[in-house]
Amino acid sequence: MASIDAALLDFQRLDRLAAGSSALHRLDPRAKVLVVLVFLVSVISFGRYQLSALLPFFVFPAVLIGCADLPAGYLARKVALVCPFALVVGIFNPLVDTEIMVHLGPVAISGGWLSCASILVRALLTVSAALILVATTGFPAICRALEQLGMPKVFAVQLLFLYRYLFVLAEEGGRAARARELRSFGNKGQGMASYSSLIGSLLLKTWQRAERIHMAMLARGFTGAFQVRQHYRFGRPEFLYLCSWSALFVLLRLFNPAELFGAFLTGLFS
Amino acid sequence: MHMADALLSPAVGGTMWAASAGTIAYCSAKVKRDLDDRKVPLMGVLGAFLFAAQMINFSIPGTGSSGHLGGGLLLAILLGPHAAFLTIASVLLVQALFFADGGLLALGCNIFNMGFFPAFVVYPLVYRNLMGTRPSRSRETWVTVFCAMIGLQLGPLAVVLETVASGIAELPFETFLLLMLPIHLAIGLVEGVVTSAIVSFVRKARPELLEPAAAASFATWSLRRVLVGFLLLAVATGGVVSAFASKDPDGLEWAIARITGGSELQPRGPLHQTLARLQGKVVLFPDYDFPKSASKTEPAAPAKVEHSLPVHSGTSLAGMVGSLVVLLLVVLSGLILKKRNLRKVYGIH
Repeated sequence: MASIDAALLDFQRLDRLAAGSSALHRLDPRAKVLVVLVFLVSVISFGRYQLSALLPFFVFPAVLIGCADLPAGYLARKVALVCPFALVVGIFNPLVDTEIMVHLGPVAISGGWLSCASILVRALLTVSAALILVATTGFPAICRALEQLGMPKVFAVQLLFLYRYLFVLAEEGGRAARARELRSFGNKGQGMASYSSLIGSLLLKTWQRAERIHMAMLARGFTGAFQVRQHYRFGRPEFLYLCSWSALFVLLRLFNPAELFGAFLTGLFS
Repeated sequence: MHMADALLSPAVGGTMWAASAGTIAYCSAKVKRDLDDRKVPLMGVLGAFLFAAQMINFSIPGTGSSGHLGGGLLLAILLGPHAAFLTIASVLLVQALFFADGGLLALGCNIFNMGFFPAFVVYPLVYRNLMGTRPSRSRETWVTVFCAMIGLQLGPLAVVLETVASGIAELPFETFLLLMLPIHLAIGLVEGVVTSAIVSFVRKARPELLEPAAAASFATWSLRRVLVGFLLLAVATGGVVSAFASKDPDGLEWAIARITGGSELQPRGPLHQTLARLQGKVVLFPDYDFPKSASKTEPAAPAKVEHSLPVHSGTSLAGMVGSLVVLLLVVLSGLILKKRNLRKVYGIH
């Protein structure tokens, strides 16, 4: 059962990062969400053989990790855990596409390897952007930003409920699973029969808990919306943040600094 | 089954985002209008439950491997389609943000694949129709298993279509399909068995929990609206996918067309072709040696592209005609099912 507890701890650690107090943490969440969206779209919009043009985009996660003082090793580990899933599909590219595209001296590289490497870089960029968004903003603030950007209120309220009870229920599920594990030596008794009644009771408990929660909230004057303690304003810093990053992404999308720089260097030496 | 951003093109990602966002807006309005507000906390807490449940594994008999619950169909049975869709979408959003399970741009795809199919295709069109009003226990079991399997075929099918349409991964359509579908047939079987076991547990312990979802707002579900939606969807996919599919088979040809023609997936007639050619001239690829490798095969490429244009519009037409015929069949079978249902209802009253 170490895995459930470990997953929960990992989750809580990422969640706690959002409590930081850097200038980045204090920005209006809407600006951060929008910048990440612009970033993702510009990264994704490259052709599939592009590799060098993608690399300058690492400036975004690097700068953010630096500014917000996030634990880079922890985030890198999380990113590394997820990337294999994209690679499972991408690894077939070298098999399908064997046409040689690049000659690095005597080494010939096929288009398949190129696009596979491109998929890996995309995965690194997109996953780290999403994690950094959570680590600098926090889930409730992201929900509120999305709501202000037009997400339906019912959905936002429901997301916040989900988030609040996630830790409670995951711990409860973890306890139930641990109890089952302790009673099932050599994994006998972990089959579907005991599983379904375990999940079934967890479900019933959850349901009753939801009813109690709702009654308790009604008693305290819940009107269907969560009250916010911290009010953000989309002011000048947000505007600057959004505009400067977006402009940079557009520039990086249109011009390839890696290539320009490479051409400049090779021109210098030839 | 979570799709990653890295395998997605902006066109596909954006389209699916729009589709999912629209469905979320529709469901939110529906939940707000139809249901008492008690349902919203319940949905949220059930989403958290699904999270917890997905962390608990069980061993699958005879295989030595273990699995966990997916939960789409279970939520649809418990909450009804609209609330279930919202709950699944919120679980996927949390997974995308905290576990980076599927990216943020791929979220639209993932919500659609794992939420729309169980909640709006399998549950209302298959589950409800096959289940009837007073199902026996064995019927309940096999219908649930069957529905879970259908849901877990439609989802991966959509994953394959979206991935291939994005064109970042180069796995051919047929191979990818052959890799995905059989695996998910087995997963669907397990999911169905587990779902039906949980549902029957709940039915034994608190049968009243299953009543509201069964009664909820389905009298107002108009078959006509569903069919119009599907008509539009099928014509669109028939047109787009067949234009693409006919271009797909020869990997080399595809690659050449890409090198000379930029990164869009569908040829959009002469304007796009000229634009693409222009782009091919403007954009430089000195790093990758593209112009050279393209010029090696130059004689074949332009001829191919020009040839394939009329062929494309031809197959697009065929695709649309084909989807119209299929839809006609679907409408007919739907009407037959509806008639049978009506008879059943009147037979009981």
